[in-house]
Formats: sequence, structure tokens, C-alpha cells
Amino acid sequence: MEIPFTVHARPDTGLYNGKLGVWLFLASEVMLFGALFSSLILIRTGSTTPWPEGWKELHVYPAMINTFVLIASSVFVIMAWANLRLRKPKVARMWIAATLLCGFAFMGIKGYEYSLSFAHHHFPKTNNFFAIYFTMTGLHGLHVLGGMVVFAYFLTKGWSMHEHEYQRFTNRIEIVGLYWHFVDLVWIFLFPTLYLL
Amino acid sequence: MAQKRQVRVGSQWMYARDAEKALSEALRVMKEEEGHHESFITKYVFSQDHKWIGVQYGVTALCFLLFGFFLMIMMRLQLGWPGEPFWVIKMFFHGDGKLLPEQYNQLGAMHGTIMVFLAIVPLAVGAFGNYVVPLQIGAPDMAFPKLNMASYWCYLPGGLVMLASMFLLQTKGGAAQSGWTSYPPLSDIASQGQTWWLVGMIFLITSSLLGSVNFIVTIIQLRAKGMTWDRLPFFVWAQFVTSFLLLLAFPPLEAAGVLQLMDRVAGTSFFLPSGLVVSGEVLKNAGGGNPLLWQHLFWFLAHPEVYVLILPAMGIVAEIIANNTRKSLWGYRSMVGASIFLGFMSFIVWAHHMFMTGMGQALSAFFQTTTMIISIPSVIILSALFITLWGGSIRFNVPMLFALAFLPMFGIGGLTGLPLGLATTDIHLHDTYYVIGHFHYVVAPGTIFAMFAGIYYWFPKVTGRMLNEKLGKLHFWSSFVFINGIFMPMFYQGLAGVSRRLYDGGIQYAHAKEAASATNPFMSACAVGLFLSQLPFIYNFFTSIKWGERVGANPWQANTLEWVATTSPPLGHGNFTTVPVVYRGPYDYSLPGSADDYLPQTTPEPGTVAAPVIAPAPVVA
Repeated sequence: MEIPFTVHARPDTGLYNGKLGVWLFLASEVMLFGALFSSLILIRTGSTTPWPEGWKELHVYPAMINTFVLIASSVFVIMAWANLRLRKPKVARMWIAATLLCGFAFMGIKGYEYSLSFAHHHFPKTNNFFAIYFTMTGLHGLHVLGGMVVFAYFLTKGWSMHEHEYQRFTNRIEIVGLYWHFVDLVWIFLFPTLYLL
Repeated sequence: MAQKRQVRVGSQWMYARDAEKALSEALRVMKEEEGHHESFITKYVFSQDHKWIGVQYGVTALCFLLFGFFLMIMMRLQLGWPGEPFWVIKMFFHGDGKLLPEQYNQLGAMHGTIMVFLAIVPLAVGAFGNYVVPLQIGAPDMAFPKLNMASYWCYLPGGLVMLASMFLLQTKGGAAQSGWTSYPPLSDIASQGQTWWLVGMIFLITSSLLGSVNFIVTIIQLRAKGMTWDRLPFFVWAQFVTSFLLLLAFPPLEAAGVLQLMDRVAGTSFFLPSGLVVSGEVLKNAGGGNPLLWQHLFWFLAHPEVYVLILPAMGIVAEIIANNTRKSLWGYRSMVGASIFLGFMSFIVWAHHMFMTGMGQALSAFFQTTTMIISIPSVIILSALFITLWGGSIRFNVPMLFALAFLPMFGIGGLTGLPLGLATTDIHLHDTYYVIGHFHYVVAPGTIFAMFAGIYYWFPKVTGRMLNEKLGKLHFWSSFVFINGIFMPMFYQGLAGVSRRLYDGGIQYAHAKEAASATNPFMSACAVGLFLSQLPFIYNFFTSIKWGERVGANPWQANTLEWVATTSPPLGHGNFTTVPVVYRGPYDYSLPGSADDYLPQTTPEPGTVAAPVIAPAPVVA
């Protein structure tokens, strides 16, 4: 027997399985990053030495550019989904590629920023500010990387699905879009708390 | 224009272009169908069938349960007869047979870790949840079969990493030895085994994340027609709440694990305060960290984890009690409400594990209040189960014996927890054997007995054969006597002030000596007795798979879908030959005016016509 509601929504819940699944996954991700933000607050408020000021220690401009790169990519993934809904898969594919490019741009700028920090001899073990900075941005970077792998898969091997299971492919883009928005949102919290405060 | 030429397919004419499309579609479908002829690897190793994954989880978890118990046997031998050589210890550690203090610490840490994360939770959720939940709600499988497979294949490597740390590293300081709670700063500066512990935990957390998403989606989305929320068996409700706890409580431990890994590998100081002195020297690190942060993050997981251990057990016991009293569960709705409330509350009680850390009276008062409140839903569930017994014509079969024993055992475990939840009495009892007695009553004769009840109850579902009744009763009665022999004296020891972490059981300490030496040998003998009591079960388990008494689809005359809508064992991947439709609640036993004393959930109300799709479950003779 087939598993029901893999593609179309169950009438009484209004959701297909994958969409509910990704929302639950994001709920657990909220708890993961929530715990890290709480740790940041606890360590910072409990610090016996003055807490370093992010905008002096870190590199605000590359990070600000990165913020806009991620926000743009969130718009792009929506464009991809919207074009799939409009039955324009070729246009959608371009937008997926654009999203992936933004991912590369983000990781490149992030790497450049890390190299600047290393050049100033700032490492995770330097102090707790850099420890939490590298841990949180590193974990966020892993999430970006995960999203990029998925987008790359949809551009290459996973692309053929749209030919015989169009609706399912559209759903997949919606789901990865939800995840990508979350990754974007985490960065929007990380940027002010680490770089500006 | 070859594409526009018309060709005849069967009785139809179509364009060659369309015929080509149809052909490729047909080939794809046929290829998919062929895929269903599964190889040995896809059927038994990387299976996506929830039933087989449940069996994989169950067997693996039972092995870990036995191994965790074996570690405890070595500890108990040391506690009962401190410093005496034993050949089991010699076999395990290749020494002179006397247990060294650091080895005792390893055994303690690994016993706790293995029992909680590798044995009980995988058994309660991974095995019973996986096997029973889709069958009880009338689903062909879990919502995401591949994730389900990935969940098991994250669990197993996690377990193997833990085991490897015990066997590979004895020359480099051995396995993790900072307790299952891994409190820093000790765990931050402990030997290599702790890093392995953290890596293993990250695997296990991933596994439980994949599992819990899958359970919640399955229960929300894949309920069969007519299976409304108030017709769900209580077991499914218990698994539902449990999955939410796993989903939301484990990530903070993952965060904590990442931070501790950074401390150990990248040299950060999240949990290391400034000026820490280790072996007479000030540690060269940045400092400024907070050891209490770990405790908060850890217990934010580990208190909900207690309810992860107990809720599925309550679910199993409820199913078995309703079935064997031939009565409807008393207060089904109250029980469901209580378990949801329990789930919510379990997130705001964690710091009652930390009364002695100096976190301040205001916080203690808050957490003590929430702790007292959370005892109410447990009492509601337990009372409802007790009242269900009232006036029933009880069938005392083996699953029912275990389920009945669960009630007072969990009662003792729960009630002895109250003095620990009150900050004032906790000052005396904290870190004594009283604590060990308390939570072992909840988990060992509580949850593990419920797990055994579940194994005896659903064994015919999985294999089509019964477990032997006589061996089962021997298993039950001997386990029941010995397990109380182990844990009951712990309350006395704890009240007398015997600390829980003494490597020699307390005989070197003047204040603990009397209580310890009076009880420890007896308790250790009971532990060995309990180990021997499991032999009939192990023998029974393996022989009954092949030679047990064959039974029909519904040997317990139960109402729920796993018994009435499919065969025992269910045939193949997909569970049901026809989609079940549900017409009534799960506990319509002994209804006045009906011919049988049970009414399956697939029986329509009198006067209505059954939907024709329902076929009576074929009986495997």
C-alpha cells in the first residue's frame, strides 16, 4: 500500500507529510540555536572581565554584505517556487541556481572574514567571546552548507523529478525554501547579537 | 514527422510520441515494482519497513540492556565485597580481577549512558513505537520510511562508538568516567573516552530527532479513516507526547555537547572557570566559563527524558490493563489530558536536580513548585489505571502480571521522589543512595517491567507465536523478588547518609560503614539473582520464535487495529490488505448487550452497514 499524503495535503490538517515534517524539524532547530543564544547570554552576563565589543573585534562590513546576500537568496528561492507554481520550470531552475550562488557568496565572504580574524590571532581559545562567535557562526555555516548541498542536488541529479512528478518536485522546493528561510533568520539574529552589541 | 505517425497499442490508436511517453512511464513503474522484490540487504539490513526497523531496534536495545546490566553486576560485586577479585572483572579488564577506582567510574558512567540512551529509550520508542504505532492507527508505514531507516542507522553507530570507547581505550584512560551526566569541569579535563562519549551522543541525538519528527508526522497525517483523536489508543497518545519531548528537549543537549566538544578539542572555556587548579597547577586556558551552564543545558534535556522513559511505559501498561480487565480504561480523556500536561510541565522542572548548586532560593522555590505540580498528572494516570482494575474480571497472564507490578513499583518510585523535589529535604538526601533507589524504582521495576509486559503482549503480533507462560511466570516472580531486594535497601542506605559515588560502597567511611556493610552483600546477591532470573526469559525468547505455540491473529481478543485489521505477523511491507476504517474507541470491552466481551474498532455501530472494504482478518492457523 502507498503511504498517503506524500504529495497532496490531508484535508483535515491541510498539510502534506513533508511540510509538517520540516516545520517540526525547524522547531527542534529553534531549540538548538535557542540553547546557544541562551548560553551566549549566560556567559556574557556572568563574565568577570569586560565583554569585548563585537563591532571593534569583528568585521562588520563583510558581515553586513552577507546579511543582504542571505536575504536576497531567501527571495530567490521563493521566486523559484513561484515559477514552479506558474509551470515555468526553466525559469525556476535559474532562480535555484541564483540561490545556490548566493550560498557560495556567503561562504566565500564568511571564509574571508574568518581569515581576517585568524590574521589578528583571534581563535576560539582566545577568549569566550571568540569561542561563542566561532561556534555559533560555524554551526550556522554548516547549516548554509547543508542547504547548498540540497540546492546543488535539485539542479543536477534531482532535477529530473519535475518531468514525471511535478507537484512533488514543487513541494521539495517549498520545503527547502522553508529551511533556507530559517537559516537566513538565524543569521539575522546572529548578526546584531555578535557584531553590533 | 515520425512522432505524429499513429501506432496501435492494444485496442487504441495513439501518436507515436504519446506511445513513447506511455512506454517510458510503464517501464518506470515496472522498475519500481521490481524494486519491491527486496534483496537480503534491503529487507533485513537497510530495511525501510517500520516493522522490521522496530525489531532491529528491539533486539539491539535488548542486547544493550543486558550489557548495561552486566556492567552493573561488576559494580555490585565490588560494592558487596570491596577489593575482592572476581573472574568476570578479570575477564573484562584483564587485570588481577580487583576493580580499580577509575574502572568503577567508567562502569558507572557507561551503565547510566547505556541504560538510558541505548537501552530503554530505543526499546520504548524505537522498538514499540515503530512496530505498534503505525499498526494501531491503521497506517501502511511510517510517514518517512527512509528517515526511519536512517534513524536506526544513526542509533547503531552511536552505540558502537560508546562500546568502542570501553574496549579500545583501556590503556589511554578508558571510557568516559564523569558519570552519565558528564558534569564539567571534570568532564572537560577527563581522558579521551569523554570525547568518544560526546561523539556517540551526537549520533544518538540525531537518531532521536529523525525518529521523533517521523512519529509526530505519522500520528497526525496517517491515521486511518475514522481514527479521530479521541479514538486513538492511549499508547499512541503516550508516544505522541514522548516524541514532542524528544524533538524539543534533545537539541539543547546537542548544543551543550557541541560546546563541551569545543572545550575539549578547540581549547575553549565555555565550562571552565578562571583559575581552575588541576593536579596542583593552574590550568592555562582563557577561563571565564560557567560549569553550571552545562548543568542547565543537560537537565533541560534530562528531565523531559525521564518522561520519555515513563510515558511509553504507561501507554503499554494502559493497553494491557484494559485488555486483561476486559473493561474500558477509566478516565481515558483525563489520562490523555494528564499526559499532555505532563509533557508541558516537564520542560520547566529541570533545576530541581540543581538545588545544591547554590543557584539561589528564588529559583529553588520556583522549581520546587513546578515539581510538586508535575506529580499531579502522574498521579492522575496511575489512579486511573488502578481504578480500571476495580470490578474487572482480571486475566492474570504474564503481560498482565508485569503490568500490574508496574503500578505499585512506579508508585514507590514516584512517591519517594517528592522529598527530593522539595529543596529542604533534598539537602539531606541529595547524592545519596536514596536518589539511586528513587529513580531506579521508576525506571527498573517501573519502565523495564512495562517493557517486559509489552514484549510478552506483542510477541505473538511479531512472530505469530506465544511466549511460554510457565517460563514467563518464573521470569516475572523471580525478577520481582530480586529487583526489590536490590533497590529497597537503598532507601535505608540513603537515609543513613551513604553517598552514591563511593567506590567501596562506603565501608571506609565511619558514618556510612554500618548501613553499607549491613546491606550491600545482600543487595549484590540479589543483583546476581536478578541476572539469573533473566535466563528463562532469554531461553524463552529464542525458543518461542521457532517452537512457541502458534496463535491466531488476535490471541488476546483485543480491540485495537494491530490485532483486528491484519494478520499476526502482518504480511509484508504495507501492513494491511485493505484499508481499515474505524468506527469506535479502542476500549469497548464487555459492552452490555453485545455477544462477545470485546468490540473491535472496525465494528460499525449497530444499525449502520459496514463499509465493504473491511475484510475480517484472516487467521494464521
